[in-house]
Amino acid sequence: MTPMEKFVWLIGGIVALLTLASLIGFVLKRRVRSENGLETVLNLQQRVNAWWVMIGIFSIAFLLGPTTTIVLFALMSYLALREFLTLTPTSPNDHRALFVAFFVIIPVQFWSIYDAWYGFFTIFIPVYAFLLLPSLSALAQNTDQFLERTAKIQWGVMVVVYCVSHVPALLILDIPGFTGQNALLLLYLLLVVQISDVLQYVCGKLWGKHKIAPVVSPSKTVEGLVFGGALAVGVGTAMWWITPFAPAYAAAISLVIVIMGFLGGLVMSAVKRSLGAKDWGSMISGHGGMMDRLDSVCFAAPVFFHLVHYFYVP
Amino acid sequence: MFLSRCLVFLVRLLMGATPRWLGCEPHPRQRIYFANHTSHIDTLAIWSALPPALRKHTHAVAAADYWGKTALRRSIALKGLNAVLVERQPGQGGNPLTPLIDTLKQGDSLIIFPEGTRRPQRLPGEFKSGLFRLAQQFPDAELIPVYLENLHRCMPKGALLPVPLICTVRFGEPLGRLPEEHKDAFLARARQAVEELA
Repeated sequence: MTPMEKFVWLIGGIVALLTLASLIGFVLKRRVRSENGLETVLNLQQRVNAWWVMIGIFSIAFLLGPTTTIVLFALMSYLALREFLTLTPTSPNDHRALFVAFFVIIPVQFWSIYDAWYGFFTIFIPVYAFLLLPSLSALAQNTDQFLERTAKIQWGVMVVVYCVSHVPALLILDIPGFTGQNALLLLYLLLVVQISDVLQYVCGKLWGKHKIAPVVSPSKTVEGLVFGGALAVGVGTAMWWITPFAPAYAAAISLVIVIMGFLGGLVMSAVKRSLGAKDWGSMISGHGGMMDRLDSVCFAAPVFFHLVHYFYVP
Repeated sequence: MFLSRCLVFLVRLLMGATPRWLGCEPHPRQRIYFANHTSHIDTLAIWSALPPALRKHTHAVAAADYWGKTALRRSIALKGLNAVLVERQPGQGGNPLTPLIDTLKQGDSLIIFPEGTRRPQRLPGEFKSGLFRLAQQFPDAELIPVYLENLHRCMPKGALLPVPLICTVRFGEPLGRLPEEHKDAFLARARQAVEELA
């Protein structure tokens, strides 16, 4: 199969899945009577509709090429950082540091991917941004809660800029025998992460009994994680043909993606709650904000990127 | 209205400026929107939060000493925001409210910041008497309290460029007029109406 044929099959499969989900939502809405149940069904429908929009945006970006994909992820990073810092208390003295985070660090980080400069891409934020941002805050001469303020900004930039940028960075990996197909690898990561989220949610709703971390995230259950996670690994394994991985390796890598995605959701939920919020924002109806959809991607992307880099790039 | 559209797009991209119509619905009747004032973008934020049909007949009140200073600011204010410029330190004898009264006489709506100047904090400070006088002179205009959330963080006083944080613009319930209410009591009530939206 040519890369384009693989792409068409993949998108076709997702469209079929979403059509099924839309039909289920339609049928459920007619059958459900209880108020609580109706609320769940309406939320389900909103989520499915948002998925249609997201799949549409991604398909167009992929067809337009790598530059559009990189710009799309830069924009997502920007919106996610905006959500993160809106909820995080900052001081007027951090104004310059915040400005630089949005309008210097994001463009430079994504430009380094466009430029395919791997060495700079991996160190720019952990080294240069890490040293520059607190310097800007220090020049504003306010020592009140200085370490907390600096840590919050740095952490936000790490998670929503650095980690997220590893998704489009998959485009610059030079994998022998896989040239020109890297966009499929990117889709593979997003597919496994998101389907794992969805299946864990569905399995949790159907069979969930034992909560894993009720304080942090009341919707996560052992049953949801085990059954949903297993199904997601199954999907990831079945999709081996769009990747450079053999089926057994696809299974192992999917398992890592599922675990990292789960941890990402858990950690970001803890951060969100420590900031006193239930959702990160309200951009994507039914889901919450951009960060509510990206949380698991943040943790899965860098690990996936480096596994592929270590095992498949000579 | 090309400039106006560009400004609205920019504001949406930077701070969202999502409207929350809590106490009233968007309606083309004559209104005086009064809001807390924390940054230069406040006017733009309320303006962007209004539906386009209402923008045409709604005028922001802007300080002539800032918005009239350079040709660029002037055209942003007048063409982009449909603004009415007022003198904060009027010369001898002139009534600073004259341009506002003229606008209201045409039947259009106004956006005003009764504090008169930007404040660095979340909650509004003392209101000046202009709102009271306009409310008396135009008893049919609805008085809508507006609270701007987070804008003091986007562009604190002294900052040249804004930082993008999500801001919401909350429109409250129209402020009723009480018969024979004294100026100070009215202004305190108006201020409280804005605070309650915070």
